[in-house]
Amino acid sequence: MEGFSILTAMVLVPVIGAAVVALIPRSREDVIKAVGLAAAVLVGVASISLAFAFDANSAEYQFVSEASWIEEFGVSWLLGVDGISLFLVVLTGILFPIALVGTDPHRDVKGYTAWMLLLEAGCLGSFLALDLFVFFLFFELTLLPMYFIIGGWGYEKRVYASLKFFLFTLFGSAFMLVGMVALVFLSAKGTAPLTFDIRELAERGALAEDTARWVFLAFTMAFAVKVPLFPFHTWLPDAHTQAPTAGSVILAGVLLKLGTYGLVRFGLSLFPKAAVDLAPVLLTLAVVGIIYGAVCATMQKDLKRLVAYSSVAHLGFIVLGTFALTTQGLSGGVLQMVNHGLSTGALFLLVGMIYERRHTREIAELHGLQRSMPVMAVMFTVVMFSSIGLPGLNGFVGEFLILIGSFVTRRWWAVVGTAGVILAALYLLWAYQRVFHGTPEGENATLTDMTLRERAVMAPLLFLIVFLGVYPQPVLDRINPSVERLVRHVEEKGGYEQPAVAVNGAEGVREERQKKEVEEGQAKQQESERKLAEFKEAEDKAREKARSGGQ
Amino acid sequence: MNGLPMNGLPMNGLLVAQAGQPEGLAPLELPNVEYSAMAPHLILIGGALVLLVWVAMVRRRPPWAWAAFTVAVGLASLGASWLMWLDVGRNGPRTAVADAVVVDGYSIFFMVLVSVIVVLGALMGESFLKREDIRGPEFYVLMLLSSSGAMFMASANDLVITFLGLEILSIALYVLAGLDNRRMESREAAIKYFVLGAFSSAVFLYGVALVYGATGSTNLGEIVGYLQSSVAPANGVLLAGVALLLVGFGFKVAAVPFHTWTPDVYQGAPSPVTGFMAAGAKAAGFAGLLRVFFATFDTLKLDWQPIVWVLAVATLLVGSVLAIVQEDIKRVLAYSSISHAGFVLIGLQAANEKGLAGSLYYLLTYAFMVLGSFTVVTLVGRKGDARHDLDAYRGLSARRPALALAFTVLLLAQAGIPFTTGFLAKFYVISAAVEGRSYSLALIGMLSSVVAAFFYLRITVLMYMSTDEEEAEEARTEPLAIPRSMAVVLAVSVAFTVAFGLLPAPVIDFARDATLLI
Repeated sequence: MEGFSILTAMVLVPVIGAAVVALIPRSREDVIKAVGLAAAVLVGVASISLAFAFDANSAEYQFVSEASWIEEFGVSWLLGVDGISLFLVVLTGILFPIALVGTDPHRDVKGYTAWMLLLEAGCLGSFLALDLFVFFLFFELTLLPMYFIIGGWGYEKRVYASLKFFLFTLFGSAFMLVGMVALVFLSAKGTAPLTFDIRELAERGALAEDTARWVFLAFTMAFAVKVPLFPFHTWLPDAHTQAPTAGSVILAGVLLKLGTYGLVRFGLSLFPKAAVDLAPVLLTLAVVGIIYGAVCATMQKDLKRLVAYSSVAHLGFIVLGTFALTTQGLSGGVLQMVNHGLSTGALFLLVGMIYERRHTREIAELHGLQRSMPVMAVMFTVVMFSSIGLPGLNGFVGEFLILIGSFVTRRWWAVVGTAGVILAALYLLWAYQRVFHGTPEGENATLTDMTLRERAVMAPLLFLIVFLGVYPQPVLDRINPSVERLVRHVEEKGGYEQPAVAVNGAEGVREERQKKEVEEGQAKQQESERKLAEFKEAEDKAREKARSGGQ
Repeated sequence: MNGLPMNGLPMNGLLVAQAGQPEGLAPLELPNVEYSAMAPHLILIGGALVLLVWVAMVRRRPPWAWAAFTVAVGLASLGASWLMWLDVGRNGPRTAVADAVVVDGYSIFFMVLVSVIVVLGALMGESFLKREDIRGPEFYVLMLLSSSGAMFMASANDLVITFLGLEILSIALYVLAGLDNRRMESREAAIKYFVLGAFSSAVFLYGVALVYGATGSTNLGEIVGYLQSSVAPANGVLLAGVALLLVGFGFKVAAVPFHTWTPDVYQGAPSPVTGFMAAGAKAAGFAGLLRVFFATFDTLKLDWQPIVWVLAVATLLVGSVLAIVQEDIKRVLAYSSISHAGFVLIGLQAANEKGLAGSLYYLLTYAFMVLGSFTVVTLVGRKGDARHDLDAYRGLSARRPALALAFTVLLLAQAGIPFTTGFLAKFYVISAAVEGRSYSLALIGMLSSVVAAFFYLRITVLMYMSTDEEEAEEARTEPLAIPRSMAVVLAVSVAFTVAFGLLPAPVIDFARDATLLI
């Protein structure tokens, strides 16, 4: 490792913070909170400065730090960031301090803070790892803190929910581990050494076509559980509902992104051909998830469960954009990961704040909160519209890109997916109506509005929701080069070509047409030249014949 | 008398002469015994003998003297093993004592492992015996003897020596299982273990006989020579012999379907003895198994690989599934140890270098995890060694946060959570299986570890997520003391598990080098 590496530091700071927290006596809650927050804020500041220092013109991995770790297996400590992971890192850096400040664990602050910091380290490590082995370590490591946070600080059925969460994800990871080892060993044929470096593995692409398909499925299994894609989603509503507010915020905001990020980073770049071939399957699951999640969300009586199901639908959009395999769709997917983290994180925070006051999440119990909590109502409205995808807010940009990106290659999937946007409006507006409209009675009438601290917590999220809705360009500028490179990689190795309209829009189509015309012209010319040559040859032959016949 | 070899003991010569050896016949040739090749074994046996004599001669001594002495013996044998390791590293492996014993990286690896287990086992035993009021030297003497048997199994280059090692190991263990003979369960465990163990020894011996019949030798080197030189070595007698050997080893390592004794014996035996059994006896069984199958019957691997595949799958699944329904922590750990045996069998089934190294790594790291776990079990068992129902762990984190944390680390390491040696051990054998193209076995292994994760988590749930007032009250009235020696064992095992999970290179290299120096 040469010199100081900001990425390694970003992973280590929360770990050190957790260790320090563990050493502080249990009774000094204020010190514990301060240390925890300091570590999280430090990482947050580092992540934001990373976004500014990031070279927007480069598609390569930046700030790469490398150190050999387990030579026997060819594992190295390899971290780096590109346009795809950059904003997920920033999202993680922003959401953790907000979650720590914005919620109150009520008991055992020490354990809570320590687990949260470890969780942050796990998330950052997963997003930053360029070594498959290191990624897997962190990917699995995130389970443990989340398991303890849900199980230790959650609600009534927390033990059931936390176990379910843990076992489901572990089940998926079991497939991935075997797939990962198979990939690495099969790629190390001949003189090539064992390596877990994903850049190297993507270049080698040494797997036979059907082997690659199996290994791709093994990876997808792990990520599909994490996302979660339709048949593997059943852990999510339980985990979300039972988790404490901060747990839900991080789970929805960051942890679910590990699944979609994994699909983009590993699914597409390591197995381009298999991803192209199996895209219809994943697209179908994604679209089923969009509709199914939305329908389930509509039916929920529990406000938190409703938001949880809405996540299933939103994550379906991201997968739709990813496997549309167009630059626009993929950019939209990456952007939507960030958007979903912001808006769903904010929704969970708001629902948590309501719960703190009312001690219920039942929609039927809540009524007319607009009167008693006007500020809350405003904030809820903005966040809700962001989640629905109202133009001018962040959700719109991502969803729009996804839909146009997928429309050009996967028309009917996009068409069905669009219905999800309408359903989102249905379940969220209906929930809003039931909770906030009307005249409050009883306990609902006497609720206090958001405190200054709560407003301060929500402020950065609202700012980002509006900012990304109005001016997403700086973010897209950084995302696009890496996405384009990835799509090119899939085109090269996957024997596939995205339609020109998905790259440069109408301009691209025109260019394409011109190119085609030129090619056609050239082909015509070649054809006529060939014919001419043939004719001449025939003529020569005839002359020859005539001469020999004459003899 | 004149024809006797110079290095033979005169006493032996006398006996031979008295037996009426006719003139002119070739005298009995006594092998040259290189004691240095068995230094750790002899240190352990010598230590046991000294302890016995000491007990008879010296009346006044501090109560912890035996334990301290055993720890010293363990450290001495560890040191001797280390010197041998350096020697083998310089001069390469060799055989000694008429080819009956082999000194190579593999055998020294197990010498180191067994020595460490002796040290930790003595520390565990000391406070246990004190608490139960059954302080005496027997535990230490038997453990030292049993450990020497384990070492002989690892360094045997002859099936007869393997058998001797197996018996030295086992007979001492039978007695150890019944050590706390005031408890009915302990006696039951001893009887059960003895009957089934003796039975398996007989099967093993029969296997040795058949192999001898087929190949004309019990010496592993000569068997290899025979197998390589003959055209169609895989005849029925040989295969039957190999199968019986597998059964015999299968009993010792608790592979399904030869596992039935495990839960009862693990449950009944005194807790530190169970820990020693799970760490030491399992390692010894595998030490013999891996050497005989990897190194000797390597040419027959197309015959035994499918059988081991079935054994591994059955062991993994039965172990992890049945552990779920247990209500007794020692039975849970017994079944979990069965499923861990399944993972080591994955390494064997792969039948490649990585598989061997992975198996060794697994055994070494598992020894620490399981010794630490049984330390916690011993502590929570309280006086009488009886509180082993899972309810005894309810709310442990509130009463004893450090103990609960240590146990959590050890359990999660066994579940294979990253940044512990447990994860790397699983990764190692899985990668060996994948390299050997046994994808299905690798996948079954990982899925069984998901099942296994359930019962490890169940214990952490009890410790962390179910505290209430009643238990807080109980915690006040019933303090849970942690003696210093137990704390040392726990600290060592947790530190090993986590430290080498973060910086794994030294231990991985140790396991790999051990397999290279065969």
